[in-house]
Amino acid sequence: MDLDYSLLIPEIILGLTAVGVTLADAFRRELKVTPTALAGLAVLGALGALIASLFYIDESKNFGGLIAIDNFTAFFRILLTGVLIVVIIGSYEFVERHIRNVGEFYSLLLLSTVGGIFMTSAQELLTAYLSIELLSFSLYVAVSLAKSDIRSGEAGLKYVLLGGVASAMLLYGLSLIYGTAGSTTYSEIASSFSGGIEDFELAVLIGLALIVGGLGFKASAVPFHMWTPDAYEGAPLPVTAYLSATSKAATFGLLLRVFSGPLLPLIDDWRWMLATMSVATMVVGNLVALQQTNIKRLLAYSSIGQVGFMLMAFVALSSDASSALLLHLAGYLITNLAVFSAIIAFHNRTGHEEIAQFRGLAETQPYLALVITVGLFSLSGMPLLAGFATKFILFQSVASEGYLWLAAVAVIMSTVSLYYYLQVIRQMYLYEPTGDASRWRLSPAGYGVTGILSAAIVVVGVYFGPVFEAADRATRVLFS
Amino acid sequence: MSDSDGYLLLALFLVPLGTAALLMLIPSRERSAIVGLTGLSSFALFVASVYLFVRFDFEGAQFQGVQAWDWIENVGFLGEHGIQIKVGMDGMAASMVLLTGIIGMAGTWVSWKIQHRLKDFFILFYVLLAGVFGTFIMLDLFFWFLLYETAVLPMYLLIAVWGSTRKEYGAMKLMMMLVGASIMIFTAIFGIISATGTDTFDLQVLFNAGPGIPRDTQLLLFPLIAFGCGTLGGMFPFHSWSPDGHAAAPTAVSMVHAGVLMKLGAFGIIRLGFQLLPEGAEFWAPGLIVIGITAALYGAISAMRQTDLKLMSGYSSVSHMGYVFMGLGTLNVIGMSGAVLQMFAHGVMTALFFLLIGGMYDQAHNRDIPNFSGMARQMPIWTVFFVIGGMASLGLPGMSGFVAEVHIFIGAFRAYPVVGALAVLTAAITATYLLRMFAQVFFGEMNTRWSDLKEITYAERAGATVLAASILWLGIWPAPWVDRISTTIANSIPGVS
Repeated sequence: MDLDYSLLIPEIILGLTAVGVTLADAFRRELKVTPTALAGLAVLGALGALIASLFYIDESKNFGGLIAIDNFTAFFRILLTGVLIVVIIGSYEFVERHIRNVGEFYSLLLLSTVGGIFMTSAQELLTAYLSIELLSFSLYVAVSLAKSDIRSGEAGLKYVLLGGVASAMLLYGLSLIYGTAGSTTYSEIASSFSGGIEDFELAVLIGLALIVGGLGFKASAVPFHMWTPDAYEGAPLPVTAYLSATSKAATFGLLLRVFSGPLLPLIDDWRWMLATMSVATMVVGNLVALQQTNIKRLLAYSSIGQVGFMLMAFVALSSDASSALLLHLAGYLITNLAVFSAIIAFHNRTGHEEIAQFRGLAETQPYLALVITVGLFSLSGMPLLAGFATKFILFQSVASEGYLWLAAVAVIMSTVSLYYYLQVIRQMYLYEPTGDASRWRLSPAGYGVTGILSAAIVVVGVYFGPVFEAADRATRVLFS
Repeated sequence: MSDSDGYLLLALFLVPLGTAALLMLIPSRERSAIVGLTGLSSFALFVASVYLFVRFDFEGAQFQGVQAWDWIENVGFLGEHGIQIKVGMDGMAASMVLLTGIIGMAGTWVSWKIQHRLKDFFILFYVLLAGVFGTFIMLDLFFWFLLYETAVLPMYLLIAVWGSTRKEYGAMKLMMMLVGASIMIFTAIFGIISATGTDTFDLQVLFNAGPGIPRDTQLLLFPLIAFGCGTLGGMFPFHSWSPDGHAAAPTAVSMVHAGVLMKLGAFGIIRLGFQLLPEGAEFWAPGLIVIGITAALYGAISAMRQTDLKLMSGYSSVSHMGYVFMGLGTLNVIGMSGAVLQMFAHGVMTALFFLLIGGMYDQAHNRDIPNFSGMARQMPIWTVFFVIGGMASLGLPGMSGFVAEVHIFIGAFRAYPVVGALAVLTAAITATYLLRMFAQVFFGEMNTRWSDLKEITYAERAGATVLAASILWLGIWPAPWVDRISTTIANSIPGVS
């Protein structure tokens, strides 16, 4: 087997940076390393990986038949390292105050990004499984890293227990597929299944169901979503932001690889599963969100609702629907990170995270109120913002594949979401602040991150051509 | 109108957007700079809209000033010219652009006296204007809908922050009902694009492909458009946001909302419903008539029962918009032209009403009709303008309302004589509640409680003058409107007699 390690340079950079951050943290007294310096080191590593990733665009190679280095991988490399950089810069102040082991935190984030990238580029079931576990284990620990917050430990425990069950389901499903197809590589499974599955139909169906369940857990699709609100609420804010971005994006990358490749011949068997799951997810996520009073739980349920929208692309699986999915995913990540960065900045100053405590923010910090408003309006799909354009394209491509009813359900649920986002906006703009009503300022990093992300929301909302183009080139690999 | 006028059409929605962006850069304490910028911008828009209306050649092509810029193409399901910024204007759009130019300017003038966060108000107000102008002239379905929604988006904050009576309730109800209605438009657009199988959102391409959509699909999609856009147009029974929203909204927002935004709904029914789905429109037209006449009667009777001036005006809007839907349902050129004329006539008239009610409420903080009497002596100028608006509303000959209503009534009599008769009855009810209100508020013994009320401000007088002039102009010399609108209707809607 010919192993060309130069194909994995971005991941190697990320991995080495993770080790470097851990070591620097271990010797921080001797080397006089400040927590901010650790953050800087992590950002440098992520930036290096991002730049390195740019050299692999339009490459079409693979690493020992295990990992594909193609445009799809390049898309996720850039997306996930970008998320990593934004999360670290947007939250370093928070991390220094509220996180127990700063170095550990950054190296976990770096490692989980490696896992996320490998999830989207794996060409083989076991590689995919190992990457999922790399991502998940890093996050299990990261969720419970909050200092002096009892909910953090609880959330970590819940997440690791339920996550373990889901991994077991997934692994069992994978082994059933391996048993029936006789191989773990995607291409061989596809050719084996395309000949028909008469002899082992039951085993394949059970395997499929277990895989859908296991991955549904990772993507927090209903009915496997129970962990999400608790983990989101208990985890330190930056981890919540990261969970909602990287974990979700990587899972959808993996889902696209698997369902457009090895499992494509079985599309009639899993289409209805995903259709049911998609409708249930968007309905439950959005309706339950209506009752939330904590901003993190609200965003948890709203992100569950968003997962329902994204799952639609699998029901209408096609090249067009997949590129629309990646476009929506990119728009969603940008928007979500903008909202979370703003909430982190708000929390840094006030320590609050109840929706009612956003009261009067438009008086005390109008800029931040504007960023949150732009973000929430974008999440609910309001025009001129990313959410409108990407949802429009995603829903239209689903409708064009003959699933107009599904698109209609999605639009209804998307409108429901506006109601609970307005509850937050109402608090900020309609009421006078309680308590200290003097204006305050953000840190330069806070201004920078939220400013760039909000500008990106508007750009993607009006001129989404370049992102759509990139998404299109990425998914063309899958359907060639 | 030459194609180079397309650049001016583009400016119609780029200028308000640019104004909003510039406003963000001005510090909020620089009131005079804010006033100057918005005054300049609104005047430029007014001049441009008059110029475009005059330049429109009703004997020429259906869409004039067509200019297109490719925006996103050849990616995903989008083919060549997938999404473009494509502007162009027909006679109907020309009238609506003129309406928006007039009301936008008058609305800007009367808003200058706002004390609370003037800058933020104008930023949202100009985003709203950009959305309205853009929807009227956009010939690309993606941007058409984007701008349509843009016009709705700022309403929530405009009402909830700067409004009055039950503002939070009114704002939330309005927002949820309008965005909820958009569900139907969204779905219909998805349905239209997938049914035509086109890979572009170019409306002109869709106008050619639309009539080829299978009849069953058209019958399914037309009601989605009719109710979806109709909700924004205050269509019965989805009108209930409108009186509450108007009562809660600040003056300029009520003006733009009742004056222009509700017309956006009716405009959407014509653009996407009648022009894209003619068979569906033909099948459902009797339904529109029933809804229209019901709304006209219901709105008029409800208006009789109101004591709040703004609520009365709100229900009167529901009634007058009922005429519009009735006119559309007649499916003949005269009735449908009447509907578009009514959109213009009701726009300027209702904007004048809300301007005057606002000018009085700002001083009195009271709008209860029974609380006022003998105001003609206290505020004579105010009264004169109010009477002009009222006479137009009840369809006095020589006023805008008369021209529009005559068209609609003739069209209705031709299609269904019973409906025509009911429509005339509605006009009588309208006259009843307006004249009764006049008698109560303007005449009789003066209520000394209001003896310190002053005449409306000069800005308000100027705005009212522009609006009243439009009412009289359309009433006395309606030819420019009738020519432009009726040729557009006759040429662009298949199956209209």
